Amino acid sequence: MAAFQVYYTELSKYAITLLMALYTYEGFAVFRYENEDKRANIYIRQNILMFLIHLACFISIYFEKNEIEYLFFYIFQLILLYATIIIFRTVYPRLNRLLLNNICMLLSIGFVILTRISYIRAQRQFAIAAVSLIIALAVPYIVRKAGFLRKLTWLYASVGMATLAVVLILGQSNLGSRRIFTFAGLAFQPSEIVKILFVLFVAGALYKSTNFFQVFSTMVAAAFHIVILVVSRDLGSALMLFVVYVLMVYLATGKWWYLLVGIVGGSAAAVVAHEVFSHVQVRVQAFRDPWSVIDNQGYQITQSIFSISRGGLFGLGLYQGNPTAIPIVDQDFIFSAIAEELGLIFAICMILICLSCFVMCMNIAVQLNDKFYQLVAFGLGIIYITQVFLTIGGGVKFIPMTGVTLPLVSYGGSSVVTTIMMFSIISGLYMIPGSKSHAFHAHKKKHDIGDPQNLSPKEALNEEEQDKKCRRK
Amino acid sequence: MKKSKTRNVEENDIIAGQEALELKKAKSKQAKKFRSKVMAITWIFIILFFFMSGYICYIALTNEQELAENPYNSFQQILMEQNTRGRILAGGGEILAETITDINGRESRVYPYGNLFAHVVGYSTHGRAGIEAEMNYFLIQSNITLPQKATNGNLGQKNAGDSVRTTLRVDLQDVASRALGVYKGAVIVTEPQTGRILAMVSKPDFVPAEIPALWDDLVNSTESSILLNRVTQGLYPPGSTFKIITALEYIRRNNQNINSYSYNCTGHYSANGLRINCFRGISHGRIDFTTSFAKSCNASFANIGEFLDEKLFRETLDELLFDEVLPFSLPYNRSRIDLNSDTTPAEMMQITIGQGRTQITPFHLNMITGAIANDGILMRPYLYEAVVNENGANVRRYSSTTEKRMISEEEAAVLKKLMESVVLDGTATRLRGLSYSAAGKTGSAEFGNVKGVSHAWFTGYAPAENPQICVTIIIEGAGSGGDYAVPIAKRIFDAYFD
Repeated sequence: MAAFQVYYTELSKYAITLLMALYTYEGFAVFRYENEDKRANIYIRQNILMFLIHLACFISIYFEKNEIEYLFFYIFQLILLYATIIIFRTVYPRLNRLLLNNICMLLSIGFVILTRISYIRAQRQFAIAAVSLIIALAVPYIVRKAGFLRKLTWLYASVGMATLAVVLILGQSNLGSRRIFTFAGLAFQPSEIVKILFVLFVAGALYKSTNFFQVFSTMVAAAFHIVILVVSRDLGSALMLFVVYVLMVYLATGKWWYLLVGIVGGSAAAVVAHEVFSHVQVRVQAFRDPWSVIDNQGYQITQSIFSISRGGLFGLGLYQGNPTAIPIVDQDFIFSAIAEELGLIFAICMILICLSCFVMCMNIAVQLNDKFYQLVAFGLGIIYITQVFLTIGGGVKFIPMTGVTLPLVSYGGSSVVTTIMMFSIISGLYMIPGSKSHAFHAHKKKHDIGDPQNLSPKEALNEEEQDKKCRRK
Repeated sequence: MKKSKTRNVEENDIIAGQEALELKKAKSKQAKKFRSKVMAITWIFIILFFFMSGYICYIALTNEQELAENPYNSFQQILMEQNTRGRILAGGGEILAETITDINGRESRVYPYGNLFAHVVGYSTHGRAGIEAEMNYFLIQSNITLPQKATNGNLGQKNAGDSVRTTLRVDLQDVASRALGVYKGAVIVTEPQTGRILAMVSKPDFVPAEIPALWDDLVNSTESSILLNRVTQGLYPPGSTFKIITALEYIRRNNQNINSYSYNCTGHYSANGLRINCFRGISHGRIDFTTSFAKSCNASFANIGEFLDEKLFRETLDELLFDEVLPFSLPYNRSRIDLNSDTTPAEMMQITIGQGRTQITPFHLNMITGAIANDGILMRPYLYEAVVNENGANVRRYSSTTEKRMISEEEAAVLKKLMESVVLDGTATRLRGLSYSAAGKTGSAEFGNVKGVSHAWFTGYAPAENPQICVTIIIEGAGSGGDYAVPIAKRIFDAYFD
């Protein structure tokens, strides 16, 4: 290593950590201002910070690799991220910019760490992200215009179940689970897109009526989805659908005992699955005591823990660690790779960014005044955060490993497409009440339906307290 | 007519307005309910992530060393590619182990003192042992400055690893090793007031650099115990040194009063179908407690032992860390003693004089002796002063820590007097009349079935009035402690106080 590279590696670790901490801080500082104009400065600062982190990381990569193609790859990434920010803002001026910034940030972290782990895979990821973002540009418009979407309830369920069943029968086995489907040379993981369909299905079925029959029929369909997923060994997706289903039923019906039944039923099902399926037992064994089976089932998780512990607070620096010692690091264990080379602080900041996306989804859900939309925003947000929790928690032995990807960061075409679609649907929903309230404002000069554009999420959180205060007065 | 119609319309309007208002109220109530539920779920996830983040920090930042030492962790390979292994230094800065790189870039580990520090410093080929193993995590890291790293980077050199500065003293180690000579055995020298380990010799020994060549022989031969660090791993019958512990138990049960004790020794003690002989069959005549201890009268101690309570004695032994974990990180064996409610009086007679199935390591005996010398307080034994970088700056410092109070100050005072009497008027008179005053206890532990062959023990400290140094010596199969072990203690004390 040349002297300048030694200096750069050592100093950039701290710089990147600092920039990341600042970015994360700004993401929460936004909530101090109610006014979108004042927030605009913060959003721009966030963009600058993101580009600085991205640049700092790519300088490291370039020092190590010294190949011109890495330079070009950096420029392409830069263009994509910049174009995403500019075009989305131009097309949708009322877009939630914090969400947009966070999505770009997570994508850029993914690009960096994937470039470090596997250049070829990073390129593929980049291409898929680019295409997804282009498609995503139309999604908010479609969401706004296509009212019929709420009427396709059972179509979503049928398509979802049929897709999963086809994959189970015809799909190829990948790393012990049948979830990949190859069509025309392209490998899909349909369970990813089924997640969105499932949320649309449950929202469509429950937004109008929540009588017992309605709940029961959705339950049968949900159980069908989940059982297929468990049999295809896609435990992560099964768990995500389960969580989102139980929470959506609770929210739609408002009855807490549905929650209780869900938890009890889910626990019973988990025990049964553990007894019946050896692949579930293997996961639990690897979680309970990976050290005693370090050669076999425990290898991945122990390597992941080694990786995180090597990094320390500031990380070893890109290319200075050995994250590739973890099998499938680019998918299930991307968090460990980030913690090792970019540091624990960086990794924790990334968790906060993911949480910020989730909180934003929840805020959007409560600000909507249409139950179908509310349920969709809520469901998609829960799917997202559950997936984040399962990946990171599984990778650090907080919970048993379920083998799901970290949305937007991990390598995985279907995952990236799905996550970008999810967030663009949510963005579309965010702009719906805005336009409605706009029309409302034109007629009457009274506003009792808050315009989310002017209503900060923090304010939304506090609104209830304010209501209580008013009542007391 | 027209008027009434208008009124009617107005009334309808009002009713409609009220209905709308109620509907809106109901709706906003519903919205509020919805919102509070969503917020509750949001908070649950936030709390879940909070705990997960805490857990991640916990696993990442604790047990770093243990995780790094795991052979499945590639961290060691990463570090060894970047850094040369650091040095192991004696307390005075002498190099005990270092890595030398030849012009071809080949590294070799050099041990300038050859076999002198074999067991304590250990080796780092074919696995690791001793300090090389325990401090591996620090030796393979480099905390030199960034400009130094940059210079090394330009020159294509590795960074110098951090060094470990030990508490060991070359002079004392040398004296102890020479004194032991060709005998098998072990010597440990510590500072009772701090817990510093000054010397640790185990024989037979080896030259650490020759381990690769010797390895196959060592592994294949079943008899050889060359690699065993007898100081911490060697289990020996304590012999008469155990009388320190029997005496302590007697003192405890008699409120520190030993003056009323008297016994008429005829050279043996017979009871419960067992005959306990004094060493070489000497009869000591009428003796008090102090003389029983100083002369190491087996008959008298068997007499004491027969009437000690097993349960209370067991409690004392637990406090003295028999069968317990010791506060030390190099590999060691736990001392073993078979004493419980099933112990027969005959077994008890043997236990009190340190025979029978009891086994102790020299290291453990040294800890007990050190605690007595330090007025009853056991200091945690330690081997390292500091980890320093190539420039000599401290990376990590170690300091003296109190482990626990092992025995009361009063008990310690009585035991110290007894141990002084051993030197003044007992089995260790070779230490009498020197420039320093010493105290201790000898032992001649019979082993195996051959009569008259014994391990020579001595454990003691000096100066008696303000103990600075504590030594424990065992020489396998040499003979009596007074004849063989005490002279070695003298040579070590002489070297220390010179």
